[in-house]
Amino acid sequence: MALEVNGKSIAVDEEGYLENRDDWNTDIAKAIAQEEGLDMSDSHWEVVNFLREYYDEYQIAPAVRVLTKSIGKKLGKDKGNSKYLYELFPYGPAKQACKIAGLPKPTGCV
Amino acid sequence: MAKANFDTPALQPHQETPDLPSVKPGAMQHLKTFPAKPLHNENIGYPGELVDGWQDKAVKRLGELVDGSQALRVFLDTCVKCGACTDKCHYFLGTEDPLNMPVARQDLLRSVYRRYYTFAGKHCPKLVGAKDFDKEMLDDWYNYFHQCSQCRRCSVFCPYGIDTAEISMAAREVMDSIGVGQKYCNEILAKVHKIGNNLGLPEPALVDTLEGLEEDVEEDTGVLVRFPVDQKGADVLLITPSADFFAEPHIDGLIGYAKVFHQAGIRWTLSSHASEAANFSLFIGSGDNLKKAAMRIREAALELGVKRIIVGECGHAWRVAYSFWNTLIGPFDFLDPKYPAPQHIVEFTYDLIQRGALTLDKEANDHRRITFHDSCNVARASRMGNIPGGQFILPREVIKAAANHFFDMAPDTIHEKTFCCGGGGGLLTDDLMELRVKGAMPRMQALQQVVEENGVNTLVAICAICKTQFAKTLPHYQFQGDMITSLHEVVGDAIQLGAKE
Repeated sequence: MALEVNGKSIAVDEEGYLENRDDWNTDIAKAIAQEEGLDMSDSHWEVVNFLREYYDEYQIAPAVRVLTKSIGKKLGKDKGNSKYLYELFPYGPAKQACKIAGLPKPTGCV
Repeated sequence: MAKANFDTPALQPHQETPDLPSVKPGAMQHLKTFPAKPLHNENIGYPGELVDGWQDKAVKRLGELVDGSQALRVFLDTCVKCGACTDKCHYFLGTEDPLNMPVARQDLLRSVYRRYYTFAGKHCPKLVGAKDFDKEMLDDWYNYFHQCSQCRRCSVFCPYGIDTAEISMAAREVMDSIGVGQKYCNEILAKVHKIGNNLGLPEPALVDTLEGLEEDVEEDTGVLVRFPVDQKGADVLLITPSADFFAEPHIDGLIGYAKVFHQAGIRWTLSSHASEAANFSLFIGSGDNLKKAAMRIREAALELGVKRIIVGECGHAWRVAYSFWNTLIGPFDFLDPKYPAPQHIVEFTYDLIQRGALTLDKEANDHRRITFHDSCNVARASRMGNIPGGQFILPREVIKAAANHFFDMAPDTIHEKTFCCGGGGGLLTDDLMELRVKGAMPRMQALQQVVEENGVNTLVAICAICKTQFAKTLPHYQFQGDMITSLHEVVGDAIQLGAKE
């Protein structure tokens, strides 16, 4: 399967996650977000960028709690909760935001 | 994410259990879980893709499994088609597809067994319902043996005790052996072997997550509660599902365990080598992988020099631990014989409560009106504590010691007759969401009754699969997804830290 972005064909899996993380760029992120029915605002980018930084350091997406805490520290306590993240990413910050950030889907009993 | 393109079954008002459905042949024929990629299969010792001569090889593998398991042979030989199981499966009740009747699901494999391994089936197959293992049959196996959560409710009602789970596991092993694997299970199992847990959570991320939890708990309570990893000389090694490190409501259960250890003054540790209780090898019926994944736990226990092994809130892990560890990775003669090996975290907390070692303020849970979902692998495949039915009694007693408002669901839907959450047995994957939502219906029906009659607002479970499954499916039935709560979150909220210091 593939996603067409700027005339280039990008390999994705059955659910639209990038096959190769190195393919990622902001245009691809916007294209995935569009498929998800999301318009990328600055708030969305804050989350996506944090996910990518965390992944670079730890080779995995952060736990939801780690994510909310970090967002809370950066953007204020009223935003450091999963309700805020679910408003941004209705299908769940772990899965939907990871997809837009070009990270693999978290696996297991989550 | 695409919107759901299926209808959620309707719940009946003022009713404990679902009505017997009409029958809709082929209703779930379309649902095919994502196949494993070649690498997923190869990483756990199976051929990457459908092998040449797959038909003969599958039949041969089936023969080996039957020869190796008297139980499987009896299950295949003894069914008399009495029909007692037909309406006991949550997937049949929720999907109305007759191939989701346990007997029909079994017959997909039984008809092939008869064709190649019984006298009558070899010589006059049509007379005895014996069928060739052809492509159409393989496709039906793939679809319908991935619509069984191996919960074993049907076997409770079968007069011969035929265990559909064993048949479903055998079918998946046969398919894996010819290169037809399921992505969800096989990809995850490879991560356990390689990284140590289902999530693929490496040690530095685990340590970072746990440090964050220490900060959070200290901020909430003013008490430094430790979440140790790889601590040599600890008394207890805790083996818990990796979901406990990652997602809500699981992580609140982990906080609860830590508070219990803290107040009991027992030194405990997690292991980065064995940072996973789950063992999906069970779901695919793979003995080799089952042993390999379990062996990490023995290695970790020896390396850390612990005296006890305690298993966290994970349903099938407890089945593997309680029923199979001793033969797979025993003997546990290096552990302290004063304690059960292994021990369930609920059993551990229950014993502490009995001894008066925990100070619990029930009023801290007064906002919760609680019911308890018995998880299938705990309820029907293991025990807990030293009393008959302990796996039913202990969790309820722990909840009642920590909270004032507890209400059980209807008797036909709890204890050994519990309905599966709808996501067990390796089916907790988004590509099976239609099955998961429909299969949750019988549990939702029983839940609705206690919501209506008792104002229940909290559904407690002790299995990571159940917790995630309910978080995702409750909203389809107009319940709040965050009703689902870890048992040890209820305990953790009631513990008065500092009271014993």
